[in-house]
Amino acid sequence: MVQGIEHRRKHYVEVLARIGEDGKVTPVSVTWEDGRTFEIDRILDRRQAASLKVGGTGMRYLVRIGQATTYLFYENPRWFVEEKCAEGK
Amino acid sequence: MDRVILHSDMNSFYASVEQAERPELRGKPVVVAGKEELRHGIVLTKSREAKRYGIKTAEALWQARAKCPGLIVLPPRYKLYRRYSEMARSIYYQYTDLVEPFGLDECWLDVTGSLPLHGGDALVVAAEISERIKAELGCTVSIGVSWNKIFAKFGSDYRKPDAITRITRGNYRSIVWESPVRELLYVGPATERKLHAYGIQTIGQLAQASDAYLKRRFGKIGFTLRTFARGEDATPVKPYDPAARDVWREVKSYGNGLTAPHPITSASDACALIWLLSESVAQRMRDDGVRARTVSIGVRNDVDLTGYGCQVKLRAPSAATRHVARAAWGMLAACEPFGEDHPIRALHVRATDLVEVDPVEQLSLFDDPEPDWEGLDCCIDELRRRFGNTCIVRGTELLDESLAGLDIKDENTVHPVGYFHH
Repeated sequence: MVQGIEHRRKHYVEVLARIGEDGKVTPVSVTWEDGRTFEIDRILDRRQAASLKVGGTGMRYLVRIGQATTYLFYENPRWFVEEKCAEGK
Repeated sequence: MDRVILHSDMNSFYASVEQAERPELRGKPVVVAGKEELRHGIVLTKSREAKRYGIKTAEALWQARAKCPGLIVLPPRYKLYRRYSEMARSIYYQYTDLVEPFGLDECWLDVTGSLPLHGGDALVVAAEISERIKAELGCTVSIGVSWNKIFAKFGSDYRKPDAITRITRGNYRSIVWESPVRELLYVGPATERKLHAYGIQTIGQLAQASDAYLKRRFGKIGFTLRTFARGEDATPVKPYDPAARDVWREVKSYGNGLTAPHPITSASDACALIWLLSESVAQRMRDDGVRARTVSIGVRNDVDLTGYGCQVKLRAPSAATRHVARAAWGMLAACEPFGEDHPIRALHVRATDLVEVDPVEQLSLFDDPEPDWEGLDCCIDELRRRFGNTCIVRGTELLDESLAGLDIKDENTVHPVGYFHH
């Protein structure tokens, strides 16, 4: 377990995505519950995968937002992230 | 050249899916079971951990709880299981187009033709599929690899969970033949008893049984079982094609049964249930463009759980709810006195003797022309397709309030179809 992170939680998020004419779905930005919007700079990987941390399965995008990389899951129709929960929270 | 057939079996399917969806359930004894308040409280699937407590599939929930205090009981979520099942199949389809599902959680794959594309080694393909299911779905599978479907299935049952077993012409005598006959597909308790009575304990002994014995005790099916035991089964892996419906044509009957939420003691409740079941049966026949010539019912008594069945032939093949229900109700009313002394626990309606809908209908010379019941039903089907199965309901079904809101057709799940449909 990463220091300071006690556990992870499945957190559904609002996502703006582009759907291409071939049906390919590309997330553009993620809006967090407090209203902050994070632009996705780059998609580093996309594959069908199960989330071992919080459960569930779907298309898993490895996205870079600024300096950070994180997984974004497309469960169809909803999107979720593996939220980090700090110790004691 | 021998075929290369894989049989992939998702381990403790329902429970595994629940554990994949909810990580907090991993490593805990979990069972997926029917609703107790509707008296469907039996174990449908148990997790690996629950199995260790000796919990068995189809056991009553109170028995399971007695074996394992703190057991986690979950209601089934069929939509979710169907989604996982489809995702697994879409992985299989990336290795071959010859995929034959056997229930939601099992599939045969014929990779004979596509094997060279994937490196030529069946074990590598099996390992890759197993890894991908684990990574993409979060569940485990056990896979059997062999040259026929029966031994492939045997292999997937031989070691589980998360294992790959290869049955070759070199090792089947030491693996398959040494195993008890019970392990062979289609040898159930009754067949096993018969075989034991003659001293046949292992699959190897069955493979070497004499013609005379098999013919006398089992008839044709005896030879089939021996063919299975010898690994000579040549049944092809039949791809499932929903568009062509070629699997549907092999359906031999449509049936629906229900254990009522409370014992049925009145004629009106029984009638309501008969209509509800008949509706689902007839609707599925209409969906698939067939009519039935025979209707049968099954009845289970609530006191001693004994059951019986009977059947009747229809005057003409029909897929009209009214015809199925009237035939079923006629039989039930003739057999059952109803009342507190004769409570019914479960009812079953089945339509068999199917014919495809013929555009030209033979009219009867002597009967008055009937209203177009099937036409009416098709109208109702269309309404239901657009607005849901409960948007229009028979008056009869409203007589028993506990049945209101039951959606039998939608809850009708995919069970393994028989192996012998040719």
